Amino acid sequence: MSDKVLMKGNEAIAEAAIRAGCRHYFGYPITPQTEVAAYMAKRMPKIGGVFLQAESEIAAINMVYGVAGTGRRVMTSSSSPGVSLKQEGISYIAGSDLPCLIVNVQRGGPGLGGIQPSQSDYFQATKGGGHGDYHLIVLAPSSVQEMADMTSKAFDLADKYRMPAMLLADGTIGQMMEPVKLAEPVEHPFVEKEWAVTGTKMQREHHIVNSLYLVPEQLEKKNFERYERYKKVEENEVIYESFMMDDAEYCVVAFGIAARVSKNAVVAARKEGIKVGLIRPVTLWPFPKKVLSETAEKVKGFLSVELSMGQMIEDVKLATSCRRPVGLCRRSGGMIPSPDEVLEAIKNMQRGEE
Amino acid sequence: MVVFEKPKSLTNAEFHYCPGCTHGIIHRLVAEAIDTLGIEGITIGVAPVGCAVMAYNYFACDMVEAAHGRAPAMATGIKRSLPDNIVFTYQGDGDLASIGMAETVHAATRNENITVIFVNNAIYGMTGGQMAPTSLPGQVTQTSPYGRDVTVAGYPVKVAELLSSLDGPEFIARVAVNNVKNVRTAKATIQKAFENQINKQGFSLVEVISSCPTNWGMTPENALRWVDEKMIPYYPLGVFKDKSAAKEEC
Repeated sequence: MSDKVLMKGNEAIAEAAIRAGCRHYFGYPITPQTEVAAYMAKRMPKIGGVFLQAESEIAAINMVYGVAGTGRRVMTSSSSPGVSLKQEGISYIAGSDLPCLIVNVQRGGPGLGGIQPSQSDYFQATKGGGHGDYHLIVLAPSSVQEMADMTSKAFDLADKYRMPAMLLADGTIGQMMEPVKLAEPVEHPFVEKEWAVTGTKMQREHHIVNSLYLVPEQLEKKNFERYERYKKVEENEVIYESFMMDDAEYCVVAFGIAARVSKNAVVAARKEGIKVGLIRPVTLWPFPKKVLSETAEKVKGFLSVELSMGQMIEDVKLATSCRRPVGLCRRSGGMIPSPDEVLEAIKNMQRGEE
Repeated sequence: MVVFEKPKSLTNAEFHYCPGCTHGIIHRLVAEAIDTLGIEGITIGVAPVGCAVMAYNYFACDMVEAAHGRAPAMATGIKRSLPDNIVFTYQGDGDLASIGMAETVHAATRNENITVIFVNNAIYGMTGGQMAPTSLPGQVTQTSPYGRDVTVAGYPVKVAELLSSLDGPEFIARVAVNNVKNVRTAKATIQKAFENQINKQGFSLVEVISSCPTNWGMTPENALRWVDEKMIPYYPLGVFKDKSAAKEEC
């Protein structure tokens, strides 16, 4: 590991991607993630990589689709309205079973919304987003350090399971500066993937990158095969953080920046004698269903803390089969709850229970 | 002595194209260029959404299937990843000149070193004959049943003229395949568009005026005549931009 450096979250993503062997970046300017593109524009030409400002988010994701087909590490980044535009391409990439990284530094919505932090693209990120039966691996960093670490992790998981991965961040983590320890660059020589389009060299049958299956039996078979792979992801790749949960009677569930605020509230509640802990989903898909289900046997209630009108709460209810009440502490439109607001919600949950 | 055979860079898959459609000729011309230049092993083709959607089954080189209109963006990604390979797109008028116009114009203005084969048959064939961006004024289609009314639907897009107004692209030409003479010119022009890429000269687009007897509601013979009488007067054939030739003249 190299020394700690002070970096913006967005820049940490870019540097971590380069160190993870990504040499192709395509993007389109949008606040609050433009630093990723600016960083790439500076660095890529110096290291023989490709930075290209696309004419639109749609073009950018289809450029990603092209590079992904050649088997090389490739990424794009954007923020909520831009990520909506990318959904067509993401669906095609998922349907063609190709790996890539999409970064969403979320801002408030719907529509043009605002430019302040939000988590209201949770549904879009975790339920598919585009048309058809598919999932993305979705990682939710809550610090600049995790912006870097999860970028690298996302590339590895995407390659391992031949599926697109998304880093679902928000404007706060994208914009704030924190010390970060960057991983040593991996030497990532181009390994020809057995499925990639690189030219037949007249030595093999042609490869086809495609998501079209006009025979329904074939398309269904493809989708079942894909979901077999998804099952493995769900079995093997769930990540979550458990905080002060050992003796907890109440469980706060929050991810990303909402989890950091919630941690402060949990510590404050503990000082007041409330036995509360936090489970922070780090992978939003696969969602940490098992630990939440087990926790439902131990706690009196859950509180979902979100920078949205309440989206992850549905997954908490599903994971716990509604065996315990699930409260909601929410801010929307670019607002972030204060630790006091979350503490108040924790107290409300406790009062409701008693 | 073999005087005529199937190009090696076409697979043995049977074309799905309608009788009298000239996609088959255009596929052959692309494949002949690939064979002549000996580039099949390094070529990657990008199929569109439209009548040629299954072109990935017909060309023997590596192929990808793009989203509707996005072929030039996908080709950009492939070419930037593998600059020593040869990358071509094969697109229809709805794909290239309607939904994919932004991708087309920007790949051209970047002088992206790719070859674009643009098949203009003035109609959406695959979906059953709707008005295309290139349908002629007055042309009857499923979605212009009283003829294309330019006061409502606007005028056809002249892609070759439009793109040749940009500083970026290397080579823009329009050809037709409705008679032997035109096919021979088309063959040479398509080959040049690939040679330009090999020589790293940049974006080369060949617009090919094609016929659609099925959706035009004509016999194949009459469709070819309609190309001569209606299409070519509106879409004149020729080379609209050739930066290298212009340089040589200077």
